[in-house]
Amino acid sequence: NINDDTLILLFILLDGTKNGETFAPAKDQFQEELVIRPLHSGDIYASFQFRTLWDTDFLQEGQKKVSHYRLFPKSLGQVLSKFSVQELHISFTQGFWRTMQWGQPFIPSPPGAELWVWFHDTVSDVDGNWKELTNVLSGIFCASLNFIDMTNTVQPSASFKPLGLGNATDHRFLRYATLPREIVCTENLTPWKKLLPCGSKAGLAVLMKSEKLFHSSFHSQAVHIRPICQDEQCTSKAWELRQTLNVVFDHYTSGQGKKEWSLFKMFSRTLTEACPLASSSKVYVDITDNPELFELSPATPLLSQAVVLGDRRTYSVYDLTRAETFGQLRSFNLLLRWKGDNMLRPLLHAERYVAGFGLQTGEIHTVIYNNHPYRAFPVLLMDSVPWYLQLYIHTLTVTSKSRDNKPSYIHYQPAKDRHRPHLLEMLIQLPPHSMTEVTVQFERALLKWTEYTPDPNHGFYVGSSVVSALVPSMVAMSTNFTQDQPLFSSFVPVKEESSYFVRVYTEPLLVNLPTPDFSMPYNVICLTCTVVAVGYGSFYNLLTRTFQVDEPSPPLAKRLANFIRRIRGVPLLA
Amino acid sequence: MAFSLDTNCGLLNHNIIGPIYCTSTIFPPDILITQFWFNYRHVANTLSVYRSVKRLGIPDSHIVLMLADDMACNYRNPKPATVFSHKNMEFNVYGDDVEVDYRGYEVTVENFLTPRSKRLLSDDRSNILIYLTGQTGNSHGGNGFLKFQDSEEISNMELADAFEQMWQKRRYNELLFIIDTCQGASMYERFYSPNLMALASSQVGEDSLSHQPDLAIGVHLMDKYTFYLLEFLEEVHPASQANMNDLVSVCAHRVSVSPGHHTDLFQRNPGSVLITDFFGSVRKVEITKDTINLTSSVKSGSGDMQIESLTYVDQLPVAEIIHQKPKQKDWHPPDGFILGLWTLILLVFFQTYGIKHLKHIF
Repeated sequence: NINDDTLILLFILLDGTKNGETFAPAKDQFQEELVIRPLHSGDIYASFQFRTLWDTDFLQEGQKKVSHYRLFPKSLGQVLSKFSVQELHISFTQGFWRTMQWGQPFIPSPPGAELWVWFHDTVSDVDGNWKELTNVLSGIFCASLNFIDMTNTVQPSASFKPLGLGNATDHRFLRYATLPREIVCTENLTPWKKLLPCGSKAGLAVLMKSEKLFHSSFHSQAVHIRPICQDEQCTSKAWELRQTLNVVFDHYTSGQGKKEWSLFKMFSRTLTEACPLASSSKVYVDITDNPELFELSPATPLLSQAVVLGDRRTYSVYDLTRAETFGQLRSFNLLLRWKGDNMLRPLLHAERYVAGFGLQTGEIHTVIYNNHPYRAFPVLLMDSVPWYLQLYIHTLTVTSKSRDNKPSYIHYQPAKDRHRPHLLEMLIQLPPHSMTEVTVQFERALLKWTEYTPDPNHGFYVGSSVVSALVPSMVAMSTNFTQDQPLFSSFVPVKEESSYFVRVYTEPLLVNLPTPDFSMPYNVICLTCTVVAVGYGSFYNLLTRTFQVDEPSPPLAKRLANFIRRIRGVPLLA
Repeated sequence: MAFSLDTNCGLLNHNIIGPIYCTSTIFPPDILITQFWFNYRHVANTLSVYRSVKRLGIPDSHIVLMLADDMACNYRNPKPATVFSHKNMEFNVYGDDVEVDYRGYEVTVENFLTPRSKRLLSDDRSNILIYLTGQTGNSHGGNGFLKFQDSEEISNMELADAFEQMWQKRRYNELLFIIDTCQGASMYERFYSPNLMALASSQVGEDSLSHQPDLAIGVHLMDKYTFYLLEFLEEVHPASQANMNDLVSVCAHRVSVSPGHHTDLFQRNPGSVLITDFFGSVRKVEITKDTINLTSSVKSGSGDMQIESLTYVDQLPVAEIIHQKPKQKDWHPPDGFILGLWTLILLVFFQTYGIKHLKHIF
């Protein structure tokens, strides 16, 4: 917003002339938006995105080091400069995204915690920086990210290219780790909310009440930091911090069975004002399938069309920076009422499961579906399997339509026990309208008894596989980068018009390892000590015991008689 | 086995004008160490003490909260993101602003005694409150030790030694230790450092009782001792004059077990010690009306930078990936085992068949 910028300039210029120094202000801006997409099963998908753009350079040293933070949170800025981070993506997810029922999310994430970081190419010790970075982030987000170590970190060689600007694509500077077991709860949401400029006091963040957000089928909060182009010509770069929160409310549990949603029903709050620090604050509702699908009120004349996930969708836009959105009651509550049903077929879908029986061997099956009627496209499958599932790569088979499908690129890094996990990356061409199955056999390792978690019978988690693909788009996408694109359609940079990039995560696996009976040491000690005591004790007694004949004491009458006899001097009784 | 600390009285980065002092800073770690859904009441115990302590003014940066299992977002919880301490779901102690420092598998004896990260920064003017709840041994029996996560334990001697090390390093001024488990008094029997006061919910040989079950959640919600402790603390406000004798007598008459206390090592008379010395804190703030000149940050003009056109990277460059050369691995000379094996094979061969075959090889 031009007015804000000049206002800031004026302020500081005044001070500047007093001291006789000239300098330019750091420009930062904040945008927030909420996208509501009704899903065909009656559930509703809400996606919050908060973006802070800042024209500065964290990686500079000395006098130019950043020390004044306004909209950008200081804790993250210090992390970026201390560890020379070029890109950081961290997400915390509870629940699994059901692609077949809900379509594709705007920003995908696997269950649990996921962290991938591109370091700057000036870093000499990437592993040391990675270790410290995970510890610092675990303190900031109150999560157990300190469990990320070399046994679950991988360096993908082709997946996870930088989403921001940069020409250094040497994968030595990339680290990727997931913690599928990580629980997400209010203690993770609280520090996440504190990173926002307005906190949870104004703007869209007032809707984030943990009691409602966690009573949902899917909840994911993420932080994405990357350098992006400031303008169309891309001559200078700015740092972008995106905080996203995706949540899917189930109409059975949160909706009490009725296919009727409102902001109050979803979040137990309504909106009363936009964040004063935001340059734009909007609510989008996906009305592409209207009017057959649902009824929306209050109506709005503002409509916007955007090409997102390869499809042109129409949105009703509510601008919260305009006072008339809030109406007479100074509160804004959307109401959606369902009318019909419709089925959805996403183009790319993946599943994974463990086959086999017993606790010795098993098989991992990954199934990828291409639902496009006539186009084939390539996908990059990345699998990171912990070392205690020993994969037999000679049993790896890739079949499509019951014929062998040879991948055009395979990168396999075998695991080293207790040191690093397996990494398998394959580029597979999916034939149109087909199902591709990737199978690999494994054997379960027996861990040392100290390596078991306190509850080993729960099982051990294997992180989700990542399927990255360029899916053919039904509508031509625009490769121009403009500032006023809505946030949800501008996350992934578009390089070509005919396809869009999408990432699909499979389910994490829960595998039982052969678990020893932890009460056995106690049992063994008891049994051994008993046997030793009984055996040795008896033997010792036999050897060392001497027997003496002992007269039993005579009964009372006899004793009395003997006593009298002794007095009389007569021989005693026997 | 010591608390590793710095003598820094770090506080938050609030934007208050003026210096901030720390006097009588209080650092309470709240610790819960048992797992499994039926130990819901231990989480409720810990969170209620955490809540009271926060309400009385102690900031999150001075509190270490360790919860061994997740009850609030557990799939068995009928109301997610809540932990109730009173039946009929009256009182949600989890709230909206909770920061758990150690959770799940991170709650171990090692992290309790020698935390490597997320530590307390206390000094010799700090008062420390430690609240432990969990299970000793199996729920009946087990004297003198406390279970961590069903797989580790800490004994009362270890605790006493840890406190002594803290005293030697001048890490606390006064310490209040509260424990709510069965036979809790056995845990403080061995304390020998000065300025320690300990309270337990039950004596040796007695069991600590749980208070109220809730039919919707299906488990007991709180322990009796902590329930009355919470009721007492709800009436304390930051300027309250309640003292330690009131705290000690909080549970004495109403229940069948007798809580114990150990005040011999404490130098001051418990009647003169205020509750807020341990449970609350007051931060002194000085406000000044002078303006501060901010130094400018010099930004290099755009003329300095080369105008190179920056581009986004292709997300899935198929052609590039297919033609990617595999990384040249460093060549390592064969290690001793392989060399030894081949030497052995060759020796056996030549011994058996004689040296005349050598010319066929070379």
